Amino acid sequence: MSNVAIAFNAVSKKFRKGQMFDSLRDLVPALAKLAFIGQCERSLGKNEFWVLKDICFEVARGESLGIIGHNGAGKSTMLKHLNGIMKPTKGTIEVNGKLSALIEVGAGFHPDLTGRENIFLNGTILGMSRAEIRRKFDEIVAFSDLEEFIDTPVKRYSSGMYARLGFSVAVHLDPDILVVDEVLSVGDYVFQNKGLEKMRSIRDGGATVLFVSHNVKAVSSLCSRALLLDHGLLVMDGPTQEVINCYYEKNAVESANDPKKEIVITGVYITREHAPQVSFLEGSTVLLEIELLGKKQCDNLSVSLGLADDNQYRVFDTSSQRLTGKSFSINKDEKKKFVFELQLNLGPGSYHYVAYVYCYETQKTYDMSSVKTLFIESERDARGAANLFPKLLEGG
Amino acid sequence: MVSGFSRILNYRDLFYMITMREIKIKYKQSVMGFLWALLMPILIITSGVLVKLAFAKLSGSPFSMREVASVSVKSIPWAFFISSIRFSTNSLTSNFSLVTKINFPKIIFPVSAVVSQFVDFLIASTFLMVILFARGYGLGIEALFSVVLIMILVIQSMAIGILLSAANLFFRDVKYIVEVIVTFAIFFTPVFYEVKLFEKWQGVLLMNPVAPVLEGLNGCLVMGVIPYGWWILYSGVFAVVSLVVAVVLFEKIEPMFAEYI
Repeated sequence: MSNVAIAFNAVSKKFRKGQMFDSLRDLVPALAKLAFIGQCERSLGKNEFWVLKDICFEVARGESLGIIGHNGAGKSTMLKHLNGIMKPTKGTIEVNGKLSALIEVGAGFHPDLTGRENIFLNGTILGMSRAEIRRKFDEIVAFSDLEEFIDTPVKRYSSGMYARLGFSVAVHLDPDILVVDEVLSVGDYVFQNKGLEKMRSIRDGGATVLFVSHNVKAVSSLCSRALLLDHGLLVMDGPTQEVINCYYEKNAVESANDPKKEIVITGVYITREHAPQVSFLEGSTVLLEIELLGKKQCDNLSVSLGLADDNQYRVFDTSSQRLTGKSFSINKDEKKKFVFELQLNLGPGSYHYVAYVYCYETQKTYDMSSVKTLFIESERDARGAANLFPKLLEGG
Repeated sequence: MVSGFSRILNYRDLFYMITMREIKIKYKQSVMGFLWALLMPILIITSGVLVKLAFAKLSGSPFSMREVASVSVKSIPWAFFISSIRFSTNSLTSNFSLVTKINFPKIIFPVSAVVSQFVDFLIASTFLMVILFARGYGLGIEALFSVVLIMILVIQSMAIGILLSAANLFFRDVKYIVEVIVTFAIFFTPVFYEVKLFEKWQGVLLMNPVAPVLEGLNGCLVMGVIPYGWWILYSGVFAVVSLVVAVVLFEKIEPMFAEYI
């Protein structure tokens, strides 16, 4: 067997916008029109667009690949091509090995059937044999934590239970190639982590993993390499962290050029001793600089900044107005710079900060910067976001 | 064609589960349980008997048990045929999320719709056969030929069901057209009457591929003869050819399903 698990060779896919002829009533006049005018396959008609355009990439056996991009960038369409539901308009796709796609949790579940019956139904739909499911049945039920309810019709399940059951079946597939589309976004926080853990163990077991998600953090923790898709084009292919940075920066560039904006945040950086830095020792004093550009005259403004930990929990926020009790105004084409002094009393780890221009009176956010990351280093082994600078004085 | 069926074989567990789902759902929530399988045939048989009674009154000829028996052996297969077509026509569109998201042979849906209807048919026909045997019908060796006739009917149902399920996926008004045709088709098919009533025009009615099957069933189970041999052969050939065409066509357009549904 070759070492390539998946290969996309110049894959393009054409979609149509708007209403298609989906009844015979519409078809008859359309056919008559077609007979007189005719249609060309290669070029784009006025209602057509490329949902994927010349996508080329290869995934090696055992590699894990993340795919990120906006809604409508073509991520799900790409997965549908991978599992063979759609055929490309141009180009070829090669898949070596048994592929399982988790595109929907609980595919084919029927509300009137019990959990037990639905495990068998869903499992066979995802490509397991009944013997295989019988063998793994206890494991699946245990993973879902639904032992008590396994003989209850799933229509009586809560939506979280429903999703848990579906996900539990899906992660027991044992595929060579696992394709996961957003299914982790179901279930509570604990179950999401459990799911991510399970996917990690599938990856470590030697399977090739393709993971599509808006949860950038989940992508970076699971995949070493990532693709960035935008409007059907493959914009970037590289190490996950670089691709994620590019994704955020791209958002920032796009938003700065947005003509509807009244104020634009043109720069946000943390400096220490006059040089921008991303990594700091615990307790350091730093300057956070925020530059603004007014596109219109605006009043009653304040600059806010927020800091969140890896779990998106906001550990700190403040604003210019809260610190000084005064708001500010900006004129058209006026530049302004705000500098906050901060003491980084944070525990070791990575944090994400964002700055935004806000009006407390109208509760309107004028502009928000992209999310940036800083790292706190420490020689102590302490955990958590707060840093109490611990020292052991007695005992031990 | 061959690859189509070998694909189904590879997915036989899935085929089994989908068919079981159809059957279980139907019987799970209903108080009547398996009586459901009898409801539709009983209704058709009763209306058939009424029509026969009206014929007898008009023509002055005597009304016999034989008439009831022949209406029954035609009605139950007819009920199977039309409900197969109804269910399979909707089978792809009612599984929208599976068609657009999971890759497996979609032909499983129309075929399992027919198979789950066949279970109803088996229940109803078991009841009917018990009654017929008790009355002394269907005891001759020619009664065995009914198995061949039922097979022809099943193949026809599958062929038409496969084609219509795909057609309904592309054009949603197909199911309304099917509904209208299925409702009135009983008048164009010899269920409540025999084609021989129409003498030299009976050939026109027998061109309906279901007609020779029903007449054949009436013949071998009630009359003790196998009539219209050539027409039955025509019906069988029609069934096989249309199934081949349906499967080949279905496989050809299957990649377009996810996009056009």
